[in-house]
Amino acid sequence: MGEEKSTGTRLTGSEILWATLAAEGVTEVFGYPGGAILPVYDALRKFPIRHILVRHEQGASHMADGYARASGKVGVAIATSGPGATNLVTGIATAMLDSIPMLCITGQVSSKALGTDAFQEVDITGITLPVTKQNYMVTRPEDVASTIRKAMQVARSGRPGPVLVDFTKDAQQASALFDFEAAAPDAYRPHPMLGFEDESILKAAEMIRSAKRPVILAGHGIIQSGAREQVLALVERLQIPVATTLLGLGGFPASHPLALGMMGMHGEAWVNHAIQQSDLLIACGMRFDDRVTGSLSTYAVNAKKIHIEIDPAEINKNVKVDVALIGDLAEVLEQLLPHLSPRNTGKSEWLTEIDATKGDCAVKDIQNLPDTGHLYAAHVMHDLWHATDGKAIVATDVGQHQMWEAQYYKHEDPRTLITSGGLGTMGFALPAGIGAKVACPEKEVWIIAGDGGFQMTASELSTIAQENLDINIAIVNNGYLGMVRQWQEFFYDKNYQSSPILSPDFAKLAEAHGISGATVRTRTEAVEAIKTARAHKGPFLINFLVEKEDSVYPMIPAGSALHEMIRRPEKNPLIETAQDV
Amino acid sequence: MLLTFVAIVEDKPGVLTRVASLFRRLNVNIVSLTVGRSEKNGVSRMTIVSDASPTAGHRIMASLYKLEDVLQVDDVSAHSSVTRELALIKVAATPKTRSHIFELAEVFRARIVDLAPESLMIEITGVESKIEGLIQVLNESEDRILEVSRTGKMVMRRGQHTSRVLDAMRVPLKESEVETVSPDDDAIVDEEAKLPQ
Repeated sequence: MGEEKSTGTRLTGSEILWATLAAEGVTEVFGYPGGAILPVYDALRKFPIRHILVRHEQGASHMADGYARASGKVGVAIATSGPGATNLVTGIATAMLDSIPMLCITGQVSSKALGTDAFQEVDITGITLPVTKQNYMVTRPEDVASTIRKAMQVARSGRPGPVLVDFTKDAQQASALFDFEAAAPDAYRPHPMLGFEDESILKAAEMIRSAKRPVILAGHGIIQSGAREQVLALVERLQIPVATTLLGLGGFPASHPLALGMMGMHGEAWVNHAIQQSDLLIACGMRFDDRVTGSLSTYAVNAKKIHIEIDPAEINKNVKVDVALIGDLAEVLEQLLPHLSPRNTGKSEWLTEIDATKGDCAVKDIQNLPDTGHLYAAHVMHDLWHATDGKAIVATDVGQHQMWEAQYYKHEDPRTLITSGGLGTMGFALPAGIGAKVACPEKEVWIIAGDGGFQMTASELSTIAQENLDINIAIVNNGYLGMVRQWQEFFYDKNYQSSPILSPDFAKLAEAHGISGATVRTRTEAVEAIKTARAHKGPFLINFLVEKEDSVYPMIPAGSALHEMIRRPEKNPLIETAQDV
Repeated sequence: MLLTFVAIVEDKPGVLTRVASLFRRLNVNIVSLTVGRSEKNGVSRMTIVSDASPTAGHRIMASLYKLEDVLQVDDVSAHSSVTRELALIKVAATPKTRSHIFELAEVFRARIVDLAPESLMIEITGVESKIEGLIQVLNESEDRILEVSRTGKMVMRRGQHTSRVLDAMRVPLKESEVETVSPDDDAIVDEEAKLPQ
């Protein structure tokens, strides 16, 4: 070994792991110990890193994910080999589909035993290959620091994503010299297809200037890139209305007069109409997902499209675009803005036209209807939004309540909606909300889940209790797997096969964990319970027993055109769409 | 449509799986894939021929670049390049029937690289159609092919001088046809002209 190399400190592979994570700025990790990762756990006490013990490794990956979404930092999950590692996979795929920076560390059997079907051995780098941005196997302690640093870099660079490092037990135990600086990775290689001609910027600017009916499509990229200011500038300079994707909610303030709300399958009627009537779509950090476009052949046929996106593989994938500006959203907009001068402030015909369609929807809105004594999920979302002033971090699960939340909870700030968009992972809300709370302990956090999804990861209640996290939980309980039931109602002749679901008494379940709880049946009780939960120090669970066979409207059946939505039946005095009082 | 990519990748375990898995995920069939060392240490070169729609090229290339181990990608489908494939063909042949196979080999500029009492082995290098041609002729002349091993295509873009050479020869440069008109492929063109229909 060379003399100059002996500058580092001699540590075990496990110690190097923690030292590297700590030096990378990691302060919290989520994990579950087991045989092949025990040396790592043994070394933890020497380092200033808080470990949150989960109840199932899926919880660890969702928590790391929620942590990353709420803070913008890389979330870290740790599990042992074999089943510990495979349990992470759903959470990794969730993060992959939503481009979340995450680092998963798994124990692995000793390098000499690799490939022998040793106890709790599984080929986790093979299994996670398609659902990670990159993964690594470390078999020598001297590779730990450089691999972890590279993994952190890959996770947060470019279009972010999850990275997994599989760490053999012998590499955890053996020692090597640790030198954090020397382990620095080379500069990240940007995607070679990034960039665009100056002409494209000029062309885009010209298209924007001459558009009569433009719409901005605001995606997750606004949040990931931190492009809120630039988007606001673009919007206000030219008075362009903004439609938002599910993951883009919060990226653009919902209270802004030009904010239209969520687009797509359960988007407001006026939002989807605006897109269909538009002559120019400016897509900012979004990927034209099928839930957003409906049938591609009928999608905004009269609109030219400008696509500003960091991932070259997304260009022309679903929707053919006229101008592609490939790069970081904030940077691209910085280049575009100087070419656009403010337009006169008078309200354009286009905005007036969109406003007119809003009025038509508002009359049927549940918020504008007399209280029938029934409690609807929409009430819960509205009251939660009202009570928290749209400022809480809300982690939602997947299904009807997720869509109602997106419609009725008006997110003002980035990183306040934590939800699984791309993969649609039920069971996500509870652990992801825990991760968000750990990342932002000073913020108010609400977990909203359906009775189905909640039960998928309900064991994490125990984690909340052990960590005494001040989290509020709202269960929207309708006795069904609600979105499945809705599809069965619309498309399968109301054959409610396997969608009714029996649940425990959630308030009692909470109580069994030492968590306070309440059960709510009416609107008045709902408002009170929300008040109680917010005032309560420590975790609080509310079981909202809502209308059983309510559906999310409007709805675009999968594969239909964006304007062919199913509207709420006229005679049903329920929600048409969200419109604030 | 056949799309051909040359990918320069890090020579590490698992890289081949990642590249192959990407095509699998995009539901694109790999027609042939050759991998070997390149001019640089620790760096391998892959030639991937895939059967995909013409519009898939951009996405495949962009997706390949998203793999951390991929250093460089070139979509050579539309560019003037030299393509070669190598095949080993074992044919059943007795001393009585050998001579006619020798003749065939000569026509195709193939070589006999192994001779056994009841078989012989032909080595042939060239463009795909030349190899197909030999196989077809062998089949039609009722020689029994025992084994065929083909490497798949290797592709390298022509040097920048090619167009100037062609200019001097007054041969119009057509990207798609350059394979058959460029000077160093003359031999192949001749051979192919002789092939039976």
